[in-house]
Amino acid sequence: MAGKTLYEKIWDQHVVRDNGDGTALIYIDRQLVHEVTSPQAFEGLRLADRNLWRIDANLATPDHNVPTTDRSKGIEDPVSRLQVETLDQNCADFGITEFKMDDIRQGIVHVIGPEQGATLPGMTVVCGDSHTSTHGAFGALAHGIGTSEVEHVMATQCLVQAKSKTMLVSVNGEVNAGITAKDIVLAIIGEIGTAGGTGYAIEFAGDAIRALSMEGRMTVCNMAIEAGARAGMVAVDQKTIDFVKGRPYSPKDEQWEQAVKAWSDLHSDADASFDTVVNIDATSIKPQVTWGTSPEMVVGIDNKVPDPADEKDDVKREGMVAALNYMGLTANTPMNEIQVDKVFIGSCTNSRIEDIRAAAEVAKGRKVASNIKLAMVVPGSGLIKQQAEKEGLDKILTNAGFEWREPGCSMCLAMNADRLEPGERCASTSNRNFEGRQGQGGRTHLVSPAMAAAAAVTGHFVDVNDLMS
Amino acid sequence: MEKFINLKAIVAPMDRPNVDTDAIIPKQFLKSIKRTGFGPNLFDEWRYLDHGEPGMDNSKRPLNEDFILNQSRYQGAQILLARENFGCGSSREHAPWALLDYGFRVVIAPSFADIFYSNSFKNGILLIKLDAAVVDDLFNDVAATEGYELNVDLEKQIITKPDGSTIAFDVDEFRKHRLLNGLDDIGLTLQHTDDIKAYEQCRRAEAPWLFN
Ligand code: SF4
Repeated sequence: MAGKTLYEKIWDQHVVRDNGDGTALIYIDRQLVHEVTSPQAFEGLRLADRNLWRIDANLATPDHNVPTTDRSKGIEDPVSRLQVETLDQNCADFGITEFKMDDIRQGIVHVIGPEQGATLPGMTVVCGDSHTSTHGAFGALAHGIGTSEVEHVMATQCLVQAKSKTMLVSVNGEVNAGITAKDIVLAIIGEIGTAGGTGYAIEFAGDAIRALSMEGRMTVCNMAIEAGARAGMVAVDQKTIDFVKGRPYSPKDEQWEQAVKAWSDLHSDADASFDTVVNIDATSIKPQVTWGTSPEMVVGIDNKVPDPADEKDDVKREGMVAALNYMGLTANTPMNEIQVDKVFIGSCTNSRIEDIRAAAEVAKGRKVASNIKLAMVVPGSGLIKQQAEKEGLDKILTNAGFEWREPGCSMCLAMNADRLEPGERCASTSNRNFEGRQGQGGRTHLVSPAMAAAAAVTGHFVDVNDLMS
Repeated sequence: MEKFINLKAIVAPMDRPNVDTDAIIPKQFLKSIKRTGFGPNLFDEWRYLDHGEPGMDNSKRPLNEDFILNQSRYQGAQILLARENFGCGSSREHAPWALLDYGFRVVIAPSFADIFYSNSFKNGILLIKLDAAVVDDLFNDVAATEGYELNVDLEKQIITKPDGSTIAFDVDEFRKHRLLNGLDDIGLTLQHTDDIKAYEQCRRAEAPWLFN
């Protein structure tokens, strides 16, 4: 019998019932809950007089709407405030553990799950948020769901799912200096396209992925959804186990031993076959910068803004023209001549301690350029913020002229007060450069934390290696 | 969920690829804690000339006359014709809620993003995947004929054009059944309570750390 892929192993362990119509009832081990996609789910439960199937499988925190400035005054915008208060009330009513806005453990759901050990290898993890793919970095099967499914998991601890196809993305060889997980994943998306992974669960493998820290693997899996795949995953190895050990929700003592043993099988078998295999040469990856309004519109920093005239496909060409128009860019402009107005370092893609260290390393002894109106660093959780402060990273950043904020989603999607004004151009470490994502008319370029910091101190995009050598 | 059996309606074209959920319903409207009322803000940034915020009187806002859904010939449209990778981006179910609230019951495109696909069916919207060339022909037909209507028959899985010609489409049995009968997913799953409990018992013995 042929071996199994990691995806198939986790899937098989979670089948409650085969429905016989191509779908199965899949058991969900962990649901993360936040304020934006849950109120209608709780309302649905109440209307149908239903309870939670397993209260302890849920963990909640507000993240999208929380202010990143002084929180002692609460949330100013009454609509945002109501949504956060609604979450507080729902969690209290249904008995769900919530890290509230003033809790040091509060943060972006996808940052706090792993931080707390609430995301474990082999688990099925869901959340009403597409970047739930992040948790796949732990050898878990994790994906975003809509609000109806949030309610479904709350009420039944299960989801009705059709099996995905499997894709192996192997990033081979060693990356060059200055190349981070973000550059790797942007290069992958540039290669397979934003719909390339639709219908697939992607397993990321190869030397370059193995060499990444857990933080880096989370960054890669986070953006699997930008390649169209609901789930991205990385096999378990010693790094995974070391990261998980000793966290508040991680198994202890005897159960820990038992768990580690079970986790040793969480990799694709050598003879497993994937529906699609993509090979990427790690050595050729340059620091990446997006130029358009879709994450696949990406080039290396040493490139120019692409020319639509070179594109043969009509639909694609029109898409490029529209993107350049929106972005206010001219074809063939060298990427490193593009000036930016704002810099955002944060989001569930790049707000972990390693990301802040990388930004601080570039910022150290430098100043934010005079054309930059705002450069902000938003840690992914209260605990990361605390850790960074312990290391003095906040001082380095504020001395350079960056703002140091409270944790949350912030300008990744601008649901709180942090946003771009029309026409403003931003170097952002987030995951989506869609039109209006960071504020109506705002222009987003996705980059790594080091590249964002480099843009902040020079005022334009630049190869971070030029600064660091 | 409202049943979907058959629909004859005007078709509106959305001629761009990768229409994302941020475009379908911008994030400021996600602050609502309700499921309804999103229709007036569907495609808000394309549809109006000013910046929309929750609580505004949308009837008083300046319309972008060039935007397709604002053109008089597409008023009352219930079928949306779109390009590839429609609904990409976030998992927000507010996107199908907004489409539905506006009046769309069917979206036809060469491909859809996964999460949007399942969210739509759960809300009684039928998504139909057709070959890019077939979709292209439909775009031409819609442009050529004012008031262009299609008849979508879910039972038979057939779209009928005004000239009587037909296009067959695929839809998986499970989704079709739920849509035809307007069934509630949770109710269906709870019929298998014993299976879920049996699974949990087994799993707890195997992997107790998952139940701490
Ligand atoms: S940081 Fe951005 S992408 Fe991540 S959960 Fe928050 S809004 Fe979504």
